[in-house]
Amino acid sequence: MSEVKYSKEHEWIKLDGDVAIIGITKHATEMLGDIVFAELPEKGSNVEKDGTAGVVESTKAASDVYTPVSGEVVDTNQAIVDDPSKINQDPENSAWFFKLKMKDPSEMDTLMNKDDYDKFAKETSV
Amino acid sequence: METKKTSLYQLHQDCNAKFVEFAGYHMPIQYSEGIVEEHKFTRNHSGIFDVSHMGQLFVYGGGELIKDLEKIFPLDLKNLRLNHSKYSFLMDKDAGIQDDLIITKINEGFLIILNAACKDNDFKILKELLNEKYKMVLDENRSLIAIQGPKSSEILNELVDGVKDLNFMTGNWFSFEKQKIYITRSGYTGEDGFEISIPNDFVDKFTRELINKGSKLIGLGARDTLRLEAGLCLYGHDLDKDKTPVEANLKWAISKERISKGDFIGSDIIIKQLNNGVSKIRVGIKPEGRIIAREKTKIFNHLDVHIGEITSGTFGPSVNGPVAMGYVENEFSKKNTKILLEVRGKKYPASICGLPFYKKSYVKGVY
Repeated sequence: MSEVKYSKEHEWIKLDGDVAIIGITKHATEMLGDIVFAELPEKGSNVEKDGTAGVVESTKAASDVYTPVSGEVVDTNQAIVDDPSKINQDPENSAWFFKLKMKDPSEMDTLMNKDDYDKFAKETSV
Repeated sequence: METKKTSLYQLHQDCNAKFVEFAGYHMPIQYSEGIVEEHKFTRNHSGIFDVSHMGQLFVYGGGELIKDLEKIFPLDLKNLRLNHSKYSFLMDKDAGIQDDLIITKINEGFLIILNAACKDNDFKILKELLNEKYKMVLDENRSLIAIQGPKSSEILNELVDGVKDLNFMTGNWFSFEKQKIYITRSGYTGEDGFEISIPNDFVDKFTRELINKGSKLIGLGARDTLRLEAGLCLYGHDLDKDKTPVEANLKWAISKERISKGDFIGSDIIIKQLNNGVSKIRVGIKPEGRIIAREKTKIFNHLDVHIGEITSGTFGPSVNGPVAMGYVENEFSKKNTKILLEVRGKKYPASICGLPFYKKSYVKGVY
C-alpha cells in the first residue's frame, strides 16, 4: 500500500497496485454530521478528476463527493449504501466509497500528504 | 442588525453547541452527540429545547378582547377555558397564513406563542387590528424552553411539583425559586412534554437542574427531524402566506361554530374552500428506499406530469428512513397514490401517505 493522499474536497485516496481506493475524510464526516444517505458511481462508469462521483447526505443537507483522480469505477462499497452510518464510524478505512482503475497515475502528485491536509482542514474549518 | 443571543447562550457553549443564525438569533443546531442521537434521546428519554427566540405575546383584556380576537382568529375563544390552549393561525384577507401560533387563555387575557421570524410583524399586525385598545407585551424578559419525551414529566415534576397532573394543551402558573413560571403541557415533537415560560435570569439555573435530573439539551436540527416525523408544519416551509389552512390540511384547527358565522379575517375564502375543495393540498410523502427529497423537490404523477413540490424533507431517525411533506394537486392526494420525486435530475418512486410518520403510544390517563 502506498501513502494515503488527500484532496481539497476532503477525499482520501490510497493505491493498491494500479487500483485507487477513495473515500471521504474523518474531518469531512465531522463537518457533515450524521450521514444518512450515500450514493455511489456506477461500476464500469468513467469519472474525471474533480468531477462528482457520488453524494452523501446528513439530516441537514446533501453534499457532492468528488473524485480526486480520473479512471474507471471497478468496485463500489454497497455496505455504506445499506448503512450510511458506517461512514461516520470508520470513514478512512472500511467505509471506502469506490475503487478506480486510474487513467493517469501522475494525478496523484497534485494531492496533499497527511500533514498538509491536516493543516488545510484546520485552516478551512469554521 | 446584530445577531441576538438567548439567555441560555453560555449553557449552549458549555455543552459544545454548534451554532447557526436562525431568525436573527445565534441558536444551537446540534451538540456534540449529533442530530440522530439527540433525536433518539428525545423519543426515548427527555430532551430540552431552547425556544426563547419565539415570541411570547401577552395581550391583556376581558370580554371585549375575546370578541375582538375572534374577528382575527378562527377559534371559539369565548368557550376557551382558563389555562387551555389552542393551535391557530394569523391569516390575511385571502386566508394566507402569516403565522401559526398557540394561544392560551390566562387570567388577565391571552398568551400567544409566535414564530421567531414572524413575531415582530405579527405584533405590528395585531396591534393595528386591535386598534391599540389593549395592553400588548411581546415579552423579551422571559425565556421559553420545551422539555419533550417520555421521561420529561417525571423529571420536570421533581423541580416543579404538580406539573405531571396537567392535561395536554392546558397550562398553569407554577413557581421556581419564588419566580412565576407558566407551564403548558404541549410541544412540537410528537412526544409528551411541556413548554416553560420563565424569567431570563432564572432559565440558566432551571435548565441546568433539568440536565442534572437526566434531561439533555437538544438542538434545532433534531427539533426539525422530530417535528417532521410527527407530521407538524414548519412556518416558512410548509406554511406561508401563499397557503391557506384548508390547503395546509389544518381545517381541524378551525372552529366549526366560527365557520357557520364566518366573521373572521379570511373567512369567506375558508368557507369557499371548505365547500368547493382546494386545488392543492398538503400531504405526507414516503420516498421508497433511502433517497431524501428535500424542500423544493418537484413531484410528478405516474404519467410524468408535474403535480407539486416538497416543502420539508429529511431522514427520520425513528422511522429509520426518509420522510417528507409537500403540496400536490388535490386529485393526487389520496393515500398510497404513486408519485415520482425529481432528485438531482433523476426521478425516484414515492407514495402519498398519512401523517404522522411516527406515532407515540401515549401513557393512558395522561390525556
